[in-house]
Amino acid sequence: MAEKGYVEITIDGQTVQAQEGEKILWAALDAGIEIPHLCAIREAHPPLGTCRLCFVEVEGEGVVASCVEPVREGMVVHTDGERAKTLRRRAMELLLADHDLECKTCVKEGNCEFLQMAISMKVKKPKNLHPFPREELPVDDSHPLIIFDPNKCIRCGKCVWVCREKAELVPFDFVYKGYDMRLTTFLSRPLGETNCTGCGECVEVCPVAALYFRKA
Amino acid sequence: MKGNLNDLQKQAQEKWEELEESSFTIRIGTPTCGRAAGSLDTLQAFQERIKKEGVEAHIIEVGCMGLCFAEPLVIIHNPDSGLPPILYGFITHEKVLRLVEGFILGDDPCLELALGTVEFKEDGTPYIPEMPRFEIEERLVLRNCGYIDPLDIGQYLARGGYLTLQKALKMTPEGIIREVEQARLRGRGGAGFDTARKWKACYQMERGPKYLICNADEGDPGAFMDRVVLESDPHSVIEGMVIAAHALGASQGFIYTRAEYPLVIERLKIALSQAREIGVIGEDILGSGVNFDIELVEGAGAFACGEETAMIASIEGRRGMPRPRPPHPTEYGLNGEPTVVDNVKTFALVTRILQQGGEWFSQIGSPNSTGTAVFALAGRVEQIGLVEVPMGTTLKEVIFEVGGGITNGRTFKAVQIGGPAGGCLPESALDLPVDYDSLKEVGAIMGSGGMVVLDENNCMVETARFFVDFLARECCGKCTMGRLGVKQMLLILEDFVKGEGTEEDLDMLEGLAHDVREGCLCNLGGSAANPVLTTLRYFRDEYEAHVTGKRCPALVCKELITYYILPEKCEKGCDHCVLTCPTEAIATDEKTRKKKILQDKCVKCGTCIDVCPPEYDAVIKVSPPDRVKELEGEAGG
Repeated sequence: MAEKGYVEITIDGQTVQAQEGEKILWAALDAGIEIPHLCAIREAHPPLGTCRLCFVEVEGEGVVASCVEPVREGMVVHTDGERAKTLRRRAMELLLADHDLECKTCVKEGNCEFLQMAISMKVKKPKNLHPFPREELPVDDSHPLIIFDPNKCIRCGKCVWVCREKAELVPFDFVYKGYDMRLTTFLSRPLGETNCTGCGECVEVCPVAALYFRKA
Repeated sequence: MKGNLNDLQKQAQEKWEELEESSFTIRIGTPTCGRAAGSLDTLQAFQERIKKEGVEAHIIEVGCMGLCFAEPLVIIHNPDSGLPPILYGFITHEKVLRLVEGFILGDDPCLELALGTVEFKEDGTPYIPEMPRFEIEERLVLRNCGYIDPLDIGQYLARGGYLTLQKALKMTPEGIIREVEQARLRGRGGAGFDTARKWKACYQMERGPKYLICNADEGDPGAFMDRVVLESDPHSVIEGMVIAAHALGASQGFIYTRAEYPLVIERLKIALSQAREIGVIGEDILGSGVNFDIELVEGAGAFACGEETAMIASIEGRRGMPRPRPPHPTEYGLNGEPTVVDNVKTFALVTRILQQGGEWFSQIGSPNSTGTAVFALAGRVEQIGLVEVPMGTTLKEVIFEVGGGITNGRTFKAVQIGGPAGGCLPESALDLPVDYDSLKEVGAIMGSGGMVVLDENNCMVETARFFVDFLARECCGKCTMGRLGVKQMLLILEDFVKGEGTEEDLDMLEGLAHDVREGCLCNLGGSAANPVLTTLRYFRDEYEAHVTGKRCPALVCKELITYYILPEKCEKGCDHCVLTCPTEAIATDEKTRKKKILQDKCVKCGTCIDVCPPEYDAVIKVSPPDRVKELEGEAGG
């Protein structure tokens, strides 16, 4: 039995102790078990749940997003279930199909969390998907410290969360619906004209090169 | 004025009886659907005539009786005639004079304009015995709709309104939840979740304040159930909300509706202020010590806000996007507090359940789906309108008996049930009883009650494209599967209707649909797969015709059809098509005067088919487009 306030679950045959109410994803990562993820922020309640990369299978329940589903005593989790793997793959393929993959000229070249995740998942840009009607948007370099390139954004929403919850500023949020949904600044003003202090919390969490520090 | 509901009720009843028994009344349906058909002109014409003739008659604006196909509707009761109230249909303003001269000034009831007489069931629900649909219908939600004045709380009181609330306020919260549990009520928002279970979860939360939200953010194309209920009988919903609030211990309620429903907003504002005035909402409701008020929230019309977590975000002033669960709103809802969100019709039914008892309600409908279902019947049926039938009624009964069958004697092809994210069911499903579980089994959903009937002239691939297009536009964009998965499905379907798809795309579409269904963050996104999966399941041959045969069997998809004039049918002298063709794409043969379409100029607008006189009926559509060359060859060039 787990100690008070903790529960015991099984992930891929390994017994793992996790704090009550903890999400499967963090219980697994704490135990050194990898589950793909891009949008997860441990302190975010409720979780963002946007990237759809962290699917696992729970016995008796089926496929769940591991960043959303809390652990329960006796839960048996499989990270390598076929259905979960298919869904994770599909989400990654869709993200890659919609991404500007000019990696060689990208500032994040070599340290891109998104690309590394794709490589670790062994997913390449799919050839059989229809190309998305991506629109080239201007890069916003109005801010003295931070550059905002909306073309690289994968809409994980982490910057919006940290900016609001940690920096307590709200220069960012999403606008429009459906495929057209995208990140923008308050009233779509140049970032340099918003209340952004350049604290860099957003740059810290951005998994792509949508937000990065200006090179000195 | 507060605290003496019984006195108010008595006064209202006396007034009602006088109105019903000895007054000349003209009831005109002026909900949005009636107005669209011109009922405001009808109203004005009656007002002017009545004034001019100096007749003493009460003109009452009422809501919708559900017979939308026959709007504008008028019910005239002339007590001196000895006749019951008579319902007239299609009363556009030019017919008003006839009715005034015939039945108001004279004693001719103008039966040629009548649809039937209005009779009342034991519980006071009006019905039209001459219309067979009323034998199948059972109106619990729509009981008052189209007969009482929604702007007069007195008429609602006179028909027993708010007495159920008075009774419920004397019950314990557990007692109310027990009745709802016994009724086995399932939420009318679409998913059919057990209402009592949801209420219990919220009731058991030991923190507060607790909130109650009425989901009136109806946005399905072709669906208008909630609009009609709120425009026709707003107090039945308000009463249900106050009962629910007492059961949950909620202190604040919201009705979230769309700004595109201006009449709902106008009528709700009046209803809420009247309810406040007589003390059925506000502080110390009817002297019970219960405090509960209702605020009206106008949404900006985003479809995604109909999803409860998105709605909560919207009320909080944030962007209306769903969030993952758990936690459920009953635990972590508005402002992080326990919250229950229920549909308009659920609240209207709560009032009926508390009035007549859970046991009574559980006897109506089928065992696992009790009560009635309200449908907005639209599309290619003769009698479109609002329908309320016991759960378990078959689709065939709804479409062919209540709806009067398919228009113009055409053949039934499919019924699209459950809104855009519902499913398309084929003829073989017509004997299916309409309830939550049966529909789920065949891949559709009850949804909030949209029912669109399609006939042989509808293309199922195009239908799927239409609904996926709607969902791709309206999905919030938050998660990868919703934003990119649904869009990818749309891109594939757009190719199909152009005849550009491949077999591989067909497999991709099917795979994607399964993944979207399972992988979306919210149910709204997940159900976007339903139109694709059901059309693939039941109409795969049409997909294959588009993909491999490059033809559209229903002759709908523009890129896959050509217009052709049958030389043997074309009458020489007639120039209708030539004169109306907007692109001068029709040539006349010098010698024979017969017409021929110049395909390179034709934009496939279809005007020539519409104008070709029916006695010739010479223009046809053919698919695949190349077929026209064969025909031209056969005809000798």
